[in-house]
Amino acid sequence: METIVCECGHSNPYGTSLCQACGKPLENDVEVLTSMRYEGSARRSQVYKKTIVDQVWNFFSSVKVGVWLIITILVAAAIGTIFPQVTFIPPNVDPATHYETEYGTLGKIYYLLGFHNLYGSWWFIVLLGLLGLSLIIASLDRGIPLYKALKTQRVTRHNKFLENQRLFSVSKEADLEEIKYTLGSLRYKVREENGNLFAEKGRFSRWGAYVNHVGLIIFLTGAMLRFFPGMYVDEIVWVREGETTSIPGTKDDNGQYYLRNNDFILEKYDKKDKKFNSALNSVEGDVAKNYQSNVTLFKSNKGTVIGEKGKLEKIKDGVIRVNEPLKFDSFALYQTDFKLDELNKMSFNLEDKTSGKSFGKLTVDLHEPETKYDLGNGYKVEILDYYPNFILNDQDEPATVNNLPDNPAFVFAMYSPQKPQGEKAFVGIMKNIDSGDNTLKMSFAGLETKDLTALTVKKDLTLWIIALGGFIFMIGVTQGLYWNYRRIWIKQNQGEVWAAAHTNKNWYGLKKDLEFLTEKTELTPLEDRVNSSEK
Amino acid sequence: MKKKRLVFRSVLLAIILLAIGYTIYNSIYEKSGTYVSEGEMAPNFVLTDLKGNRVELSDYRGKGVFLNFWGTWCKPCEREMPFMERQYKTFKKQGVEILAVNVSETNLSVKNFADRYGLTFQIPMDKDREVTKAYGIGPIPTTVLIDKNGKVVGRTSESLSTKKIVSFMEKIKP
Amino acid sequence: MSEISSTLLYSAFIIYLFSTLFFSMSLSDKKSSEAAYTKKWGKVGFITACAGFAAQLGYFITRWIASGHAPVSNLFEFTTFFGMMMVLGFIVLYSIYRTNGLGVFAMPVALLVIAYASMFPKDISPLIPALQSDWLKIHVTTAALGEGILAISFVSGLIYLIRTVDQTVSTKKTKWLEIIMYSLISVVGFVIISLAFKGAGYESSFEVMNKQNQPVKIVYELPAIAGPANGDHLDRGFGPLFNTPSWMQGVNASMKLNTFIWSLLSGFVLYGLLRLVLRKRISAALQTKVKNVNSELLDEISYRAVAIGFPIFSLGALIFAMIWAQQAWSRFWGWDPKEVWALITFLFYAAYLHLRLSRGWHGEKSAWLCVVGFWIITFNLIAVNLVLVGLHSYA
Repeated sequence: METIVCECGHSNPYGTSLCQACGKPLENDVEVLTSMRYEGSARRSQVYKKTIVDQVWNFFSSVKVGVWLIITILVAAAIGTIFPQVTFIPPNVDPATHYETEYGTLGKIYYLLGFHNLYGSWWFIVLLGLLGLSLIIASLDRGIPLYKALKTQRVTRHNKFLENQRLFSVSKEADLEEIKYTLGSLRYKVREENGNLFAEKGRFSRWGAYVNHVGLIIFLTGAMLRFFPGMYVDEIVWVREGETTSIPGTKDDNGQYYLRNNDFILEKYDKKDKKFNSALNSVEGDVAKNYQSNVTLFKSNKGTVIGEKGKLEKIKDGVIRVNEPLKFDSFALYQTDFKLDELNKMSFNLEDKTSGKSFGKLTVDLHEPETKYDLGNGYKVEILDYYPNFILNDQDEPATVNNLPDNPAFVFAMYSPQKPQGEKAFVGIMKNIDSGDNTLKMSFAGLETKDLTALTVKKDLTLWIIALGGFIFMIGVTQGLYWNYRRIWIKQNQGEVWAAAHTNKNWYGLKKDLEFLTEKTELTPLEDRVNSSEK
Repeated sequence: MKKKRLVFRSVLLAIILLAIGYTIYNSIYEKSGTYVSEGEMAPNFVLTDLKGNRVELSDYRGKGVFLNFWGTWCKPCEREMPFMERQYKTFKKQGVEILAVNVSETNLSVKNFADRYGLTFQIPMDKDREVTKAYGIGPIPTTVLIDKNGKVVGRTSESLSTKKIVSFMEKIKP
Repeated sequence: MSEISSTLLYSAFIIYLFSTLFFSMSLSDKKSSEAAYTKKWGKVGFITACAGFAAQLGYFITRWIASGHAPVSNLFEFTTFFGMMMVLGFIVLYSIYRTNGLGVFAMPVALLVIAYASMFPKDISPLIPALQSDWLKIHVTTAALGEGILAISFVSGLIYLIRTVDQTVSTKKTKWLEIIMYSLISVVGFVIISLAFKGAGYESSFEVMNKQNQPVKIVYELPAIAGPANGDHLDRGFGPLFNTPSWMQGVNASMKLNTFIWSLLSGFVLYGLLRLVLRKRISAALQTKVKNVNSELLDEISYRAVAIGFPIFSLGALIFAMIWAQQAWSRFWGWDPKEVWALITFLFYAAYLHLRLSRGWHGEKSAWLCVVGFWIITFNLIAVNLVLVGLHSYA
């Protein structure tokens, strides 16, 4: 590819608008000030337009395309918040009908267009991917030429370059040493060449944009890796008080982690609390203060088969609260949900139906009831049928909703020396039905309950990548936005002294520097041509 | 120089396109951590059945295993049980075993249920849901088909008809 | 302690009012012959603003002591803090640029925000478990500071528009400017109407069924224009004229919608009165006041505010938020509406920076963008809690 050789002797890549070394406009119609954004360097993509690959590349190199991608993502995300996402609707409902019944026609359209699961939809992922592509290409296309241009820039600049700067002045004479000293006191880095000066400050801020783009690319890569097998575990585990259960997703060749729930604690704010009195009384019900699970972590030994209790080795005791997960290996357990007072054991007295005389007491474990209970003296009870969560089904037969003992009911057979053939009764909560001529009766005699805790099991190996990306982004955005690249050129030109200045932003700050400079030296104050032309 | 540029650009574009494609693929066919799916080796497990006998999956190596997860309260499970029982009688001789893992219920309920339907196949009791969790079972009934080499060759969560059961048995019979 | 705290907030409010007054005295429509006069009132205004900020800081500290946690945990506390951060943003930018015009507009907007905040329940509320974290204060304060500084870019952009948009003919631009004025006035209307009905002790109750199918009483403090969805009116109070659509699901959505309608109505009346008095567009009336403000400088201030505010906002509203979410909810990002709108704010200002830096959108275009940016911020502040449900719907 041909190069353009400037009169100063520097050869520039094809497409350059301002000479990298001296800043001379290389074509007649070049506007110096707008070209300064990228130092007049050739944005490579604009130069070659050959193959399809080049065309695709050029397309994504454009800031305009980048901005359109940002806006598209923004609008899509905004639409995605109109109705709840599918992850927020009640479980066990069919999303296809849910959106229509809840939100009408709009809801149906919303569902059909896939906005109900926007952030997992293929086209949203494509948009994010294209944004990443645009970030990479646009940064490469601008960052590299800019770096080269700033590196090759010379102290002595072409007259056309200087007189077209926004801030410019011509002085009769000036003391170079004095200027140098003053600029130094303003912490400019000053270079001298043939009696000309070039002072610059904050060049590194020009890299801010590229650094933050690198951060974003790392961040997006991390977000992408989440979908790769083995990087991410997200499970939920319910544990009843006093029980030990395996933690899903934590099995490997060395065994599996187990967790015992020693105690689940729910604390509420005291309504009489002086500090929060009025706030607490303005809401109905209680305000929770603490959800906490006291747990013990175990690990099974190597080679234990699933289902086999095996030998569990205690790893540690721990406390899990909201905001305070329990961490081990690359896993963390988060307090997520709970169920209070699940029925655990129920006690009954076997009584004489008329006199109420008790013949003995039995306790039924609702999770594993015994079939037969011998109460002595010829009195026996047998459980014929058990419905942990009783309901009458469509055929009006007793049935159970599920295996949770939320509404237990039993069919008892009761035996006494007088009636060894037995009497039957159906007993549930607030129910006791028999054929009418029974002499015996089961009467409720107390119950035991237990709490359950639900913990989220999480492993996320992408976290450090995400964090690194965020960190680099913050560095880049800070360096790019809190600093700026200021340059001042002083050139001795046929008995006059030309001064010009440029900054990529914050002209106000640069002007303050120049005011200080011209006050201390004999330089003519620099005129702001943009500002004055507007007035 | 020009060629180098073209190669560089093509490679970069290709990598990013591949990454996007693979991400979408994974997000669609995303499997939750413990989900055991087709093509994998079925994880071994040990449970006890109603009579207290030890049931270990690896003991059935060489036979096809029709691994069913069920509960007495679940209507579709109840529907397919008699069908399974009938086919079991036929395919038992051809080397197919049914392991109907009950998900965390009481011996009492399961025994009543098994008696009512005259079930003769093995009913391992997964009291602590350890196997259910390890196989990543969501809704029940779920049936996992395991061939004679211990490899999972099918998995479904639908309520099975006799026809389906027969075709499954044919698939896994050694 | 909590009495001292509310007294301090009240004094801060009054001091800000005075600061607004002093700043507006510093503006003169005559030519710059009276520079000394301008400088003097500007200085007085600025010192007053600082004093007001100090008083509000006092409120913040005493309330913190009284409640035992950083007072940024409910809508009253957060919105008040947002107002305070706007003042801080103003103080920072004023000390760089010393433009009095900025004070004339920034102080009233901050005042509006604080007045709006005081309409929420002011009780010191206890922290639910999810909020019991050091990240509460870190995340919320940083996010609010970022938003406060970004709000100054809106103020500066607004003055730019008032100063430069041609008011001799009615155009789309003048109409939009009037809509902005009307929205700001509606906040005043909201405060006045709320105080009036509160003063009169107005109350009207409805009974509705909540999600658990239990009857819950909702007490309106303004006459019901929009009643709750499927609610029974328990007394003979006014209305409702119609029922709130059931897809508005936030806490007390119907009450908030009702309040919103009242604000728009009272804003309309106030705006109409002002137009009658001024006999021209409000922005046209204001234009004569700000014609001596340097528009180039306004443009730079509004851009500078974004440049300063954007990194702080990203840090507070996204990065700190993600760290906290990872700790409390086991995932750093959950597409909760408030999160999404923070992301939208971020994307919007990112687009702004790209348009400005790479495509040369300066001056008027840039100023309109700043207005839209502020709209997004306030939408996230108010509407997300009003209409959309999610994890942030406390209060």
